[in-house]
Amino acid sequence: MTPLLATGVPTRLVHLSPVDVVIVVFYFALVLSIGGYLKGRANTGEDFFMAGREMTAWVAGLSFLSANLGALELMGWAGSAYQYGILATHWYWIGAIPAMLFLALVMMPFYYISRTHSVPGYLKLRFGEPSRALSAVSFAFMTVLMSGVNMFAMAKVMQIVLGWDINFSIWVSSLTVAVYVTLGGLRSAIFNEVLQFFLIWAGALLIPILGLYEAGGWTNLKLQIAQRASEQYVHLWSGLGSFSTNPMGIHWTGIVFGLGAVISTGYWTTDFLVVQRVLAAKDLRSAEIAPIIGAAFKMAVPFIVILPGLIGLAVLPVKLVPESVARLTGGHSYNDVLPLMLARYCGPGLLGLGVTALIAGFMSGMAGNVSAFTTVWTYDIYRPFINRKASDHHYVNMGRWTTIIGVLISIGTAYLVMQFASIMDYVQALFSFFIAPLFGTVVLGMLWKRTTGPGGFWGLLCGTLCSISMWTWVKLDPSALRYVALSPHAKGLAQDMYQALWSFITCVVVTVLVSLATKPIPDSQLTGLVYGLTKVPSVGDVPLYQKPLFWAAVVTVVFIALNIIFW
Amino acid sequence: MVSIWFFIGISLAVNGALILAAGIYQLVNPPENPSVVLYHLHANVWWGAALLVFGLIYCFKFAPKRKS
Repeated sequence: MTPLLATGVPTRLVHLSPVDVVIVVFYFALVLSIGGYLKGRANTGEDFFMAGREMTAWVAGLSFLSANLGALELMGWAGSAYQYGILATHWYWIGAIPAMLFLALVMMPFYYISRTHSVPGYLKLRFGEPSRALSAVSFAFMTVLMSGVNMFAMAKVMQIVLGWDINFSIWVSSLTVAVYVTLGGLRSAIFNEVLQFFLIWAGALLIPILGLYEAGGWTNLKLQIAQRASEQYVHLWSGLGSFSTNPMGIHWTGIVFGLGAVISTGYWTTDFLVVQRVLAAKDLRSAEIAPIIGAAFKMAVPFIVILPGLIGLAVLPVKLVPESVARLTGGHSYNDVLPLMLARYCGPGLLGLGVTALIAGFMSGMAGNVSAFTTVWTYDIYRPFINRKASDHHYVNMGRWTTIIGVLISIGTAYLVMQFASIMDYVQALFSFFIAPLFGTVVLGMLWKRTTGPGGFWGLLCGTLCSISMWTWVKLDPSALRYVALSPHAKGLAQDMYQALWSFITCVVVTVLVSLATKPIPDSQLTGLVYGLTKVPSVGDVPLYQKPLFWAAVVTVVFIALNIIFW
Repeated sequence: MVSIWFFIGISLAVNGALILAAGIYQLVNPPENPSVVLYHLHANVWWGAALLVFGLIYCFKFAPKRKS
């Protein structure tokens, strides 16, 4: 995630007219109404934590994507597109699509068959309590902290873009999320995420359409970018042969193996924030189709995120600068590109819809964090370690209270970040420590029956420690990046890619070695959890166009074609 | 249960109507110095109309059924 902090004196980027304010207020009223309406349908644990497991493929798929489509991601990656060009698209294509398809076709059957409530819950079934405890505690702790960090960053953005008071933004948005998630549970979060998905597209789609019109089409846009920046800004792969021939300072191995194979696969297949949405699907076929629907729309997201950044590079009269420079000069930073484009093309009404899209993006991300935290706390920490024998009604009440407490902790974190801004970088880094090794542990557990409980636990722990060690090493001695990323020309983003790659490899090696040195788990205990010992149910006798494999093939063909077109 | 698509229809229809109304107001009372680039395209008129139509289709298609 790209930080969006600016500590200088903010200047308001846009001014809302009365109709814009009405649109924003209507949005808040609608999401609260949906929460109130769904209150009566969140009475059991399955209803509150798993949305009754009755979501259709479309609802689960759009919610799966929307939980990740936060406002900070939209604005941050639009800024990255201005800074690095079309290379930022890698985080939406190779950095998401293969991972989503892998989740759909390979991993989802096991999550779904095991009837687990969460990813830590799967670890419990496969490796035992220690792995679940390590994963659940780290996930719950980091999720609420991340939620607070995002909340503060969003409030800061609202202050810069609209001139809103930071306290007002924090309290109004977070309490709204708290109310609708507490009332309706995961179903309410999912419904609002789907609504937010539509609002994000309705509010953001006009910018690239009008931008391309102003620039004179894609061909003219490329020419203007080549004149104002470099021809490499519009090529996805051709400049990745060396660290020094592309604006990002990254090599294709980092993108393919670090981002594509480890970071993104780890995030999209094991981060419970997104996986929870798919687990709420009504049957296995829907659970497999949902990530494929998410992948199809994910491929289109660069149109509303990356393209506005590129268009800004060509048409904006001012030159945007890094955040640190903007603070000193009072100019606009890269991260301002999306609000600047919004103000450039959107008049009364449209501006309100665009601002609503940003708020909706933030709230969908926060609701995702809070509902995932609530489930993991209740099912993976409270129930197994604190109160094992309570009634279902008790756990639902615990879920409601945990939602409120989670939001309050997030608010507290937001104020902590306000006092000590550097905490934000630490929290974001901490979160990334767990993703790559967790993926190693889960995927080995699913695909290799010889993996044992101690192997899974020690692999997860050593992979996480490896990630923390490399991050600390580079923090203390920035020149160490040349060893972590294998090149003296490597830049900051390359560190994340290679750090993830090494921690994943460490996790896999330790897991394999410890597993081989410990007693195998009997096959009878692994049924339903591991490939080769599990009969994966058929999606049924359905026509070709309803089969997950068919749509995964279609998405793959489009994905390859897009990469070739923009090579 | 009321379908999620019905709520989306309401949202798009109301937002579309508000944006369309703001666009028509600007058509009738054009500002002396338009604040946006490409003002002459009147994006809020056709974008608002498109959202309104799309929203109304969803509202009618997914409206809660009355119990007989």
